[in-house]
Amino acid sequence: MPEIPRVRVSAKINGRQCSREVEPRTLLVQLLREELNLTGTHIGCDTSYCGACTVLLNGRAVKSCTMFAFQADGAEVLTVEGLARDGALAPVQQAFSDCHAFQCGYCTPGLLMSTIELLREHPNPTESAIRKGIAGNTCRCTGYQNIFRAIEAAARSAAARDQAADSRPDRS
Amino acid sequence: MATTTHSQTADWVGQSIRRKEDARLVCGRGKFVDDIKLLGMLHLAFVRSPYAHATVSGVDASEAEALPGVVCTLTGQEISKLVDPFFEIGPAPSNRILDYPMAVDRVRYQGEPVAAVIAETPAIAEDAAELVRVDYQPLEAVIDGEIAATDRAILHPAMGTNVVWRGVYEYGDVGKAFAEAAHVIHIDHLHMHRFSSTPLENNAVIAQWDEGDQRLYFWSNNSFPTIGIQLLAPALHLRMDQVRVQTHDIGGSFGIKITNYPQMAVCALASRKANGAPIKWSETRSEHMTASAHGNERTFRDTRVALDRDGVLLAVESRHIDDCGGYPRYEPLGCVIWSQVTPATYRLKNLRIDFTQVVTNKCPVGPNRGYSRLQHLWFLERVLDICAHALNIPPDEMRLRNYIRPEEFPYTTPNGCIYDSGNYPGMLKLAKELIGWERWQAEREKARAEGRWLGVGIGTTLDSGTNNFGQSQIVNPQAPFSGNSQAASAKLDIYGEVIVAVGSVPQGQGHETVVSQVVADILNIRPEMVNVRVGFDTERNVHTGHSGTYASQFAVSGLSAVNGAAQSLKAEMKKLAAFALQADEEELEFGTGTQGPEVRVRGSGKAIPYIGLANLANVNTAVVPEELRSITLNCRYTWRAPFHVPDVQKKYGNLTLTYSAQLHIAVIEIDRDTYIPRILDYAAVDDCGTVINPMIVEGQVHGATAHGIGAALMENCVYDENGNMLASTFSDYTPITAVNIPRVKYGNIQTPSPHSYSGAKGMGEGGGAPLHAISAALQDALWREGIVIDDSHNSASTLYELIQRKRGGGLRENVRIERGGP
Repeated sequence: MPEIPRVRVSAKINGRQCSREVEPRTLLVQLLREELNLTGTHIGCDTSYCGACTVLLNGRAVKSCTMFAFQADGAEVLTVEGLARDGALAPVQQAFSDCHAFQCGYCTPGLLMSTIELLREHPNPTESAIRKGIAGNTCRCTGYQNIFRAIEAAARSAAARDQAADSRPDRS
Repeated sequence: MATTTHSQTADWVGQSIRRKEDARLVCGRGKFVDDIKLLGMLHLAFVRSPYAHATVSGVDASEAEALPGVVCTLTGQEISKLVDPFFEIGPAPSNRILDYPMAVDRVRYQGEPVAAVIAETPAIAEDAAELVRVDYQPLEAVIDGEIAATDRAILHPAMGTNVVWRGVYEYGDVGKAFAEAAHVIHIDHLHMHRFSSTPLENNAVIAQWDEGDQRLYFWSNNSFPTIGIQLLAPALHLRMDQVRVQTHDIGGSFGIKITNYPQMAVCALASRKANGAPIKWSETRSEHMTASAHGNERTFRDTRVALDRDGVLLAVESRHIDDCGGYPRYEPLGCVIWSQVTPATYRLKNLRIDFTQVVTNKCPVGPNRGYSRLQHLWFLERVLDICAHALNIPPDEMRLRNYIRPEEFPYTTPNGCIYDSGNYPGMLKLAKELIGWERWQAEREKARAEGRWLGVGIGTTLDSGTNNFGQSQIVNPQAPFSGNSQAASAKLDIYGEVIVAVGSVPQGQGHETVVSQVVADILNIRPEMVNVRVGFDTERNVHTGHSGTYASQFAVSGLSAVNGAAQSLKAEMKKLAAFALQADEEELEFGTGTQGPEVRVRGSGKAIPYIGLANLANVNTAVVPEELRSITLNCRYTWRAPFHVPDVQKKYGNLTLTYSAQLHIAVIEIDRDTYIPRILDYAAVDDCGTVINPMIVEGQVHGATAHGIGAALMENCVYDENGNMLASTFSDYTPITAVNIPRVKYGNIQTPSPHSYSGAKGMGEGGGAPLHAISAALQDALWREGIVIDDSHNSASTLYELIQRKRGGGLRENVRIERGGP
């Protein structure tokens, strides 16, 4: 079998510029997990049903098992490892923990990324928007009940933060 | 609340404290098997049978071996010379089954591995697997359990029959009960479908054979590794101590990962062949769906029910055929485990169950959440529910007339099981309040008047926990198992940290957290001062032959062991502190001072911090008087359940220690145009005795509820007549998602168990309550259409078929009133 030519992928991953040469068939999730040791992004199925592999690509939630690594060339990728800043959990992480929105934690990284996109598009999501926003993420432990609560709590805390920011005197 | 004035009373148990596990999991820092990379690690891919039943006359792996990057291959033929078949739990003739880790000369289910390829990368291993040529001669596939029992085509020639086990369970006086009954109702057939809780993390293992030390290392997500190595070590011709199994974070198991030991064996052999390189196998979802494990499928035939004039169940007789797939593996334990809940939640005294288990050309079964009990509970729930409709008795009234009454606990069942505590009428009352029973009854009448199909269904169920392994002797008197046990250790490390380890294998249940709560109360410190080891390790965690996480028991077996170890540690600390502080033990109290956890003399200001005690026991030992030198501050405790071996002949004895209960009510409307069943309202009430962490308990109830709803309405491991698994991806199997799940109205009552040290009962499996409630709700909606809900799986398409068939037919042929009637 002939040697498979490799392709170069350069992307900004969790704020850091990374460059790797990979086989063209390498999936984005494989690049993250195998080449960059970002194992927080998980694989749960083969058919992009479960969403355990969800990451943000240029700010949009994508299933990293359903795109090639080279398609991320030049992109900005955010994975679960990039959410907490200076040891402080991101609001969605805090809400998921506060509300016991995960048990085994395998689906959680993907759900967090989908939730970030959901809340960006619907800062005050209806129940229907929440359900649709995470329809592509399967959780087998929680029955989704506490995930709904966590997303509602994250939206409330974001709204509270915005309100606090609005009421700051130096805000023009 | 933990200050120096912190009282000696229990405070942390009963609180919803945030989980310790969260910190790593919410940041993507969990460590699952597939996250682990070892130096020089190779990757294994299986070559799997496309046929459900075929002989294998040859495997040619030469082309695969020639592919650059391939290190070696293994075939079933080859490994049959290297290992012994796994031992069978069942008696003759089923113990003649030759269960090798890969198929040798015959495949018995689609997806069964026939060869393995080991390569430098997963991609090369997969490429090479496609180059392996296998010669198959297809045989007739046996898909139906009842047909399998006729032995028309035999799967295991060495066994000579497809029947793995058969036995009759008879209690009371069935004949007399039928003779005296006011009503006798015949139900021709009921069927519990195949489904699986499909943990989101697939099976995975890394195996490494160390030739120098002659030792085998596993990094695994097997959820019952102590039984796993009892099977693996003899098959691999190793002593158990040569095998080390470690788990860390596990992405759910629900019992399904108990049976991944054959794949562990293949990886071990591959490592040996690859000169000791670590071998990783990471299952794909399609492999998981076709060839890991499914829950047991069961058919219930010729059921006859005797009732008195008021609809009180007098007797049930029935014939049950359980389909365990291609190999028994953990079976035939399911042939007895159902009898932990023989009369369900009812005062049923007379039963005759003729139980048969067969092999078929389908994926082997594994002990999936609610294992074997939920099949039987669904059966009795259907029986009671159908009889209520047939006799025109309101469903809630029917249940109240039959429930075991709160004052009857502890209640001994006809087969000698002791239901420890419960209040089923109280649960029904609470569930009715949560759902708004009267409102939905009115709504139902209104819907009926409008010609809509709306039904309300009750499901009452049991989650029996902490099993008596002695029940294995009912299926095989030679089985060497009985009782139940768990081990834990608690110690003060040299610098005074409290370190606890227990022989459980958590998969998301929060064991690190609840262990901390229990120990914190015993030592009167904060949970974050208790360090619980993450995951399980046969070389690091204390354990017994029963250790693991299965059968709803951690709150009883796990925490009883932890309690014992922590109490022993506390007693030792007290003795040492009495010496150090020159005080009487009775004057001492435990608490937290300015220096951290300490033991102090009440009201004196004299105290010794944990580091001081640890110092005396570990590194400053010469100052300790002779009589205290047996103190190690490293205490192991083994808890043993108070069981006896059951009477094997009479099939009688206490098979389980605690009985959690669940009562669910579902309101469902079936769309008259699309036949889509929609859940309009849902309530779930749980009783697991004294609750240790309400947040975790409620989470477990939610999860079990989702599994049951998914199984009832969506998920089905369906096969075609040739044994092709038709739901081989998630897109076909459709695990329940956020758009399908109703909001669950949750309620909790607590009837403390007299059989556990804390009043807690094991929980988490959930007993399949949603299957019972949803079947009942659909029945309620469709009884007047002449429909009998006789299958546990009801989707829009199956409901459409049911109703269309009925429209062609006329009679309700599945249910016949032999005597009496409304």
